[in-house]
Amino acid sequence: MHQPRTEPRESLYHDYKVHPFRRPPEMDGARIEHAVAIVGAGPVGLVTALALARLGVPSVLVEAEAQVSEGSRAIVLTRRSMEIIQSVGAIEPFVATGLPWKSGRSFFRGHEVYRMEMPHDDDDRFWPGTNTQQQLIEQYLVDAAEASGMVDLRWQTACTGLEQDDTGVTLLLDTPEGEYRLRARRVVAADGGRSTVRRCLGLRFEGRNYPGHFVIADIRADLDLPTERLCFFDPDWNPGNNVLVHREPGGIWRIDFRLPDDETPEAALEPETLAARIGQVLEMIGRPVQWQLDWATVYTANTLTLPDYRAGRVLFAGDAAHLLPIFGVRGANTGFQDAGNLGWKLAMVERGIAPEALLDTYSHERVAAAREICAEGGRSTRFMSPPSRGYRLMRDATLSLVLSQEWPKPLLHWRTSRPHDYLDSPLNTPPAGIDPAAPVPGAPVPDARLGEDDFLLGHLPAGFVLLGFADDADTLAALERNAARANAHGAPFSAVWVVPPGLAGAGRVVDALGRARARYRARSGDCWLARPDQHLCAAWHRPDAAAIGAAVGRALGLGLAAGSSGGEPAGAATEGERATEGER
Amino acid sequence: MKGKTLDTAGVEDAYDRIAEAIDAAGEHSELFLAKLALTLAWRCGDPAVVEEAIRVALLDLDAETVRPAR
Repeated sequence: MHQPRTEPRESLYHDYKVHPFRRPPEMDGARIEHAVAIVGAGPVGLVTALALARLGVPSVLVEAEAQVSEGSRAIVLTRRSMEIIQSVGAIEPFVATGLPWKSGRSFFRGHEVYRMEMPHDDDDRFWPGTNTQQQLIEQYLVDAAEASGMVDLRWQTACTGLEQDDTGVTLLLDTPEGEYRLRARRVVAADGGRSTVRRCLGLRFEGRNYPGHFVIADIRADLDLPTERLCFFDPDWNPGNNVLVHREPGGIWRIDFRLPDDETPEAALEPETLAARIGQVLEMIGRPVQWQLDWATVYTANTLTLPDYRAGRVLFAGDAAHLLPIFGVRGANTGFQDAGNLGWKLAMVERGIAPEALLDTYSHERVAAAREICAEGGRSTRFMSPPSRGYRLMRDATLSLVLSQEWPKPLLHWRTSRPHDYLDSPLNTPPAGIDPAAPVPGAPVPDARLGEDDFLLGHLPAGFVLLGFADDADTLAALERNAARANAHGAPFSAVWVVPPGLAGAGRVVDALGRARARYRARSGDCWLARPDQHLCAAWHRPDAAAIGAAVGRALGLGLAAGSSGGEPAGAATEGERATEGER
Repeated sequence: MKGKTLDTAGVEDAYDRIAEAIDAAGEHSELFLAKLALTLAWRCGDPAVVEEAIRVALLDLDAETVRPAR
């Protein structure tokens, strides 16, 4: 029988709550067919559950552990991740406790050789990065899932196998009180890098593993340093390698460093060895203060993805679908985008509004994103963790050059995770009549400041949203009339009108500063259609009801035949690359 | 290779300067050559020229793999 740890994990800053096992009705003979079962209550599984809940679809979420995960792990949330968390109604605790930041500095031989300011527009509510430890991320999302009343969260329940047929999936689950079977029409595998579901289905990653091991150490220390990313190349105490330092909430500091190639992870985590290195890091940054260790682990860098995130009625998301390098904060941030993309499509199919083919577009869009990230992340990783003598020599040449030259400094850019634009998605309707430089279908919905602490994205309801700009009552009336007549094919659909102060009213947001209009390069009468994951999928000037309805239908995949998700995702791997398997 | 090239006298000057710089770099000559190659790649501004230079430089690196004369 599955017996997870039930003593609270130790932490200097987080009180772990141990969740009891609750005997489910299936163990007493109930025969239930659930709509969606999600395996893994990490950040990706939880956001998927919340995205489904927002669109009225309940889910069962099974988690092997009795408490949220240990350690800081995925500490940096990108702006896009914060927007996704906002869209599922869970953002406030993240804003209350997260540490926003937008800059980083890199050092080599005692010199600051590169300073990068990540773009931050006053129209964005969230900063480029927000530091929040992963157990806090999970706790906040668990709280939101419990508050939703739509997520049946089953702790201490390990998935050990599955069978699927034409109508659903049966999960084999193991608990402290024995095994049982759970039936669901569809399953989301969000069970992490060592996914049991992926292994049971015999699926293989494509891509590559990188050599080298990296230590993460979380310490409590009183350091008078700002919230930014610090990177030290080739420190005296760790020649040829590098060190990253990040500030976390709660007086905690995160230190990452690569191990010498001849050192094992076990040796690196020996308390005396670890303490000596942390002391050397603090000496290096000129702050040899007292400190306490909270948690430490070792990880490796990979750029691996499944070639297809759909296997029948099972859909993969997060680390179960791809393993991405930590450099550029790509792991969980990519997973949040998976969850946002998958949640609404699964909800529309489950509610009978969209065809099964819509689920193929999840794989099409997100595999393309993962391949783009693998390419970008691979560059960062080859610089931060050179995989061969040649790469190490070129990295050293670049570091030597940046001491005297400006032009190579962009090579030190860590290429932070950014949202993928679904420009070639079959769900997009080509834009018509808008400014050529305006946001295009496929892009995330741009935020815009409406007031001191009031932003456009915060006004978007769940479901499809027609975002229209009107400067006069006649234009507004015409747009409202067309939106009301549009056939949304049963999908949740609403309109948000961006208007000047004189047109304020229900369903309207007042763009008193004119910033939304400027950011969209909008004329009066311009409209954009946003999907439920807040990606644009159509744009027009004064669309009629038929055009709006057709665009919603297209975004729902109503015109797609099964298996016609738009062809092979961009960046398809060669057969040789597909032969590579890797596990973290 | 296409584009602007040095004349023979210019190549001879470069030849001497690079040889002297390799000697001056001593044990760091490999790093020096990598820096030089990256700088010249940036200066040249033409990816095709860089690619062709890499291709040519990889030819005939040791006696056993020298291509037979035509």
